[in-house]
Amino acid sequence: MAASAPGAAPETEPETEPETEQTSFREEIRAAMREALLADDRVFLMGEDVGGYGGAFGVSLGLVEEFGPDRIRDTPLSESGFVGAGIGAAVAGMRPIVEIMTVNFSLLALDQILNNAATLLHMSGGQVSVPVVIRMTTGAGRQLAAQHSHSLEGWYAGIPGIRVLSPGTLQDARYMLAPALADPDPVVIFEHGSLYNATGPTAPRPESFDIVSAAVRRTGRDVSLISHGGSLPKVLAAAEALAADGVSAEVVDLRSLRPLDGATIAASVARTHRAVVVDEGWRTGGLAAEIAARIAELAFYDLDAPVERVCGAEVPVPYPKHLEDAAIPQVADIVAAARRAVG
Amino acid sequence: MPSLGADMTEGALVEWLVQPGDTVVKGQAVAVVDTAKSAIEVECFADGVVEELLVEPGTTVPVGTVLAVLGEAHEAGPAPTKAAPAKAAAAKPTAKKPAAKKPATKKSVTRKPAAGKRPATQKKPAAQPADRHPPEAGPSTSRVSPLVRRLARERGVDLGAVHGSGPGGRVTRADIDVAARPAGRARTTPYARRIATELGVDLDGVVGTGPEGAIRAGDVRTAAAAGTAAPTRTATPPVTVSPDRTAARRHAIADLMSRSKHEIPHYYLATTIDLAAAVTWMREHNRGVPVAERLVPSALLLKAAAVAAKQVPEMNGFWIDDGQVRSEHVHLGVAVALREGGLVAPALHDADRLPLPDLMAGLRDLVRRARAGRLRSSETADPTITVTDLGDQGVEAVFGVIYPPQVALVGFGKVTDRPAAVDGLLGVRPCVTATLSADHRAGDGAVGARYLALVDRLLQSPEEL
Amino acid sequence: MSRAKKPPQSRKPSPASAAESEAPAEPVLSEETKHLLELVDQMLLIRAFEERCVELYSAGTIRGFIHLYIGEEAVAVGVNAALSPDDAVVSTYREHGHALARGVPVEAVMAEMYGKATGCSHGRGGSMHLFDVERRFYGGNAIVGGGLPIAAGLALADRMTGRNRVTCCFFGDGAVAEGEFHETANLAALWDLPLLLVCENNLYAMGTPLEREHAQTDLAMRAASYGMPAWAVDGMDAVAVERAARRAVDGILAGNGPHFLEMRTYRFRAHSMYDPDRYRDKAEVERWRERDPIPLLARRLPPGAADLEEMTKRATAVVDRAVAAAEAAPVEPVEDLYRFVSHEGS
Repeated sequence: MAASAPGAAPETEPETEPETEQTSFREEIRAAMREALLADDRVFLMGEDVGGYGGAFGVSLGLVEEFGPDRIRDTPLSESGFVGAGIGAAVAGMRPIVEIMTVNFSLLALDQILNNAATLLHMSGGQVSVPVVIRMTTGAGRQLAAQHSHSLEGWYAGIPGIRVLSPGTLQDARYMLAPALADPDPVVIFEHGSLYNATGPTAPRPESFDIVSAAVRRTGRDVSLISHGGSLPKVLAAAEALAADGVSAEVVDLRSLRPLDGATIAASVARTHRAVVVDEGWRTGGLAAEIAARIAELAFYDLDAPVERVCGAEVPVPYPKHLEDAAIPQVADIVAAARRAVG
Repeated sequence: MPSLGADMTEGALVEWLVQPGDTVVKGQAVAVVDTAKSAIEVECFADGVVEELLVEPGTTVPVGTVLAVLGEAHEAGPAPTKAAPAKAAAAKPTAKKPAAKKPATKKSVTRKPAAGKRPATQKKPAAQPADRHPPEAGPSTSRVSPLVRRLARERGVDLGAVHGSGPGGRVTRADIDVAARPAGRARTTPYARRIATELGVDLDGVVGTGPEGAIRAGDVRTAAAAGTAAPTRTATPPVTVSPDRTAARRHAIADLMSRSKHEIPHYYLATTIDLAAAVTWMREHNRGVPVAERLVPSALLLKAAAVAAKQVPEMNGFWIDDGQVRSEHVHLGVAVALREGGLVAPALHDADRLPLPDLMAGLRDLVRRARAGRLRSSETADPTITVTDLGDQGVEAVFGVIYPPQVALVGFGKVTDRPAAVDGLLGVRPCVTATLSADHRAGDGAVGARYLALVDRLLQSPEEL
Repeated sequence: MSRAKKPPQSRKPSPASAAESEAPAEPVLSEETKHLLELVDQMLLIRAFEERCVELYSAGTIRGFIHLYIGEEAVAVGVNAALSPDDAVVSTYREHGHALARGVPVEAVMAEMYGKATGCSHGRGGSMHLFDVERRFYGGNAIVGGGLPIAAGLALADRMTGRNRVTCCFFGDGAVAEGEFHETANLAALWDLPLLLVCENNLYAMGTPLEREHAQTDLAMRAASYGMPAWAVDGMDAVAVERAARRAVDGILAGNGPHFLEMRTYRFRAHSMYDPDRYRDKAEVERWRERDPIPLLARRLPPGAADLEEMTKRATAVVDRAVAAAEAAPVEPVEDLYRFVSHEGS
């Protein structure tokens, strides 16, 4: 049912990974999965082309050689079928990691995610746990056009019964998976496609780590830039640009989109009194709308300017680069919104 | 009575949707008419003001009967006062319908030009300070829907003072809501409102610098620190949200002026300035430009006051924390009396650098918006010196009270022809008395004298202003 | 005391040696007769339960959608007889019969109808979402076809961990039109999953007759196209159902991958309590009623072995007690609304 994977072949080569401090988002996710597979026999990965192909985006490259086709399990193009099978296996005590190629394809499995994964615990009066982890690629920026580029995190973040994570840093890419697998409830992890190649120094193993709180990635006085996942690097760049202009921006990385860490958001707004929410999803009824509403609920009396939203344009994401760029939040948009807020 | 169908010969007027004095627009429903088939709304086909309703509700009249008389729309508000406006009927031109062939019909719907009426823009003599009498409604008051008109009436909102935010400046329902907001509810951010409570600052005295004049936290802090806003007295409940904005404003002015007189050691200077050169130059200038762009003497006086302030920087700035803070820019505060009482003094930014036509336009705009309550935040925030011109009130001289923390206030009286000695002869010249109220802490009389003398000199070379 | 409350005890022995009997030992009955009596008992309990549901629903005591199993009882009890307590069952929204046959206590099922805290799903699920994980009864899935991938996942877990047991998934003829059926059939056959697919073909997907929803109405043949053993069974005959189910289970446990059984059955009542049943010919319903699975099975028993009247009374009494218990049971406090949404909230 799904269209073919973008890009002909995986982009990294496992055998030439040098001993270096540098790593990439892709490698960190792979390392996290490898660690989980080694640590727990119940963990297995399944999805379209996760085995020999190495994953549509090369994330699982090399794993099938190490763990075999039973635990690195290629599936037919049956999103509902294999996501449901992952849910069922989780119900039976396994710890499946199910990879869906893109969030657009996940709509074919939405029945399973919403009607089963998110619902079974409640519908059964607490009897049926679904400790599944569903990873999927999200977001635009790679000219993959309107059926491979959307950001539907906000939709998922509206579903009670699941946890929704959006790593935006190498450290989160590396360390979110283990607590997600340990969670007795379903966890959906969104990986922004434009982050896979993001590189940086290997993050140290954190001493304390959770998958519920937002993180302040940069402190500031004048305005809170609230974002997550693929927009995070842009927001950090915007904060840098604003600093050069004398505006001190605080950057809040949501990390968990469900539950939302309202306390951290409100605390930041209480410091800066202005908020700009950046989310690649559509504005109407989207995640940014939810966060703006939370700010109104939790930090109304701290607001010194209307909440600004920088969202994806309300169009199906177009193919040409210039239009795609125009359709999603860019550094300049974020800077402009922050300036409006600061006034 | 319009023909609302080929077989319609008469109709019963059920209800008027408008009243005499209402402004109506083309296409607006003005009445409900009952035909043999159903009740139908009658729309009018011209803009104008309803002058007279000729048919009583409940009356059945033949198609073609004139139902009402419309007058020319004019800018000055709802009540038509012109003696003999041209008549126009609200009825549909039934002459188009073969079924209705009343000869009178055609005539009654022909809209004649308003012969006896001068266009508003040509009406004022150039010498009159037009800026004191701006048109009430920038956007045409005729662009108001019946609903909005009704709401405005119910809620006591002066439509002429409402800024239309709709397409083409149309006044929307939301605009009425804004205009009818209870007094004392200045547009204020939640955080600013909170800290105003905490700091005991009365928001009515705070100048907002946010979008559309919104008061933000910084404004409250500035007000609290500089004390320019009336602090809430301990005798009164904290944050008085006055039920009457006018009274609240009076209160703020009272506080401010008391503080000024209490704290600032004023000294006063006056001089009479011969405006012959300025007036002659102005007339010459006005001859060459459209009516709307003509200058008034006030513009020249303001410009001279501004340029002089730039050149005598001691007069331009503030006295804060026992020290003088001079201002790079000359933001000329212009005292504007409000209709409902009270006074505001918004800034003409960089008035010293504005060419006269721009200054004139800016002045008109500023006064109009000041009276409509639509000042921009920056305008209310930062005057560096204030000018008050009471000439149109007929007085010869005004000795004003300084706006803290400014250090000077310039006053102009009426421009009048006075006997004057010129080149050893007695002549009649247009003169004005210019005064200066200045803060003795920031400077001494000699500086003030230098300032006034400079104003005089500048006005003798108007072409250079 | 109903035997239905106990899960069947064995898989391997033939029907003749199936379950022990609690019946008094007056006439010496063969093991087979005892087993068949057991099946009759279970069917009577289901029938009594469902008929009580009609009353309670009509009285407004229980609400929501309710889908009655009357007429299809042979499928539930026959299939269940072939399963062991270790096997898993995934069911549909017409699952009262499956749950009762599986041994979910009738009190817990009735309390669930009432939405009471003592219900088998804590009252959260209602008629369409009966769960009993202790008995490996995984619901009560009201998305047509939605349970199939879950069942495949349960089977996958067994396969990956080397547990030799079966997951049985019930679904209707309507589900065979769903993509999820085909995705699951393909996946299960591809991966040799120990999955028993039991299609209850009652000839109508809600109100749409089989021939108007399927281009090919031989459902077993369509399943067979995925390379799995598949055949049709007389779903009104509990013995035939059990025999077929055993064969399939044996095949699955022998490592032959998924099996598909098309149970040709019929519901005597409308699709749900909302359904005026306009799409079926009364004569058709009557024809099927003549093959009512309960008397059909009773007729196989030795003369005098089954006193249907007496057995019905006993089943009714069991249901009476369940109703009384449900009436008396507490509801969950509203403050507990957010329980069971996630483990944190629980």
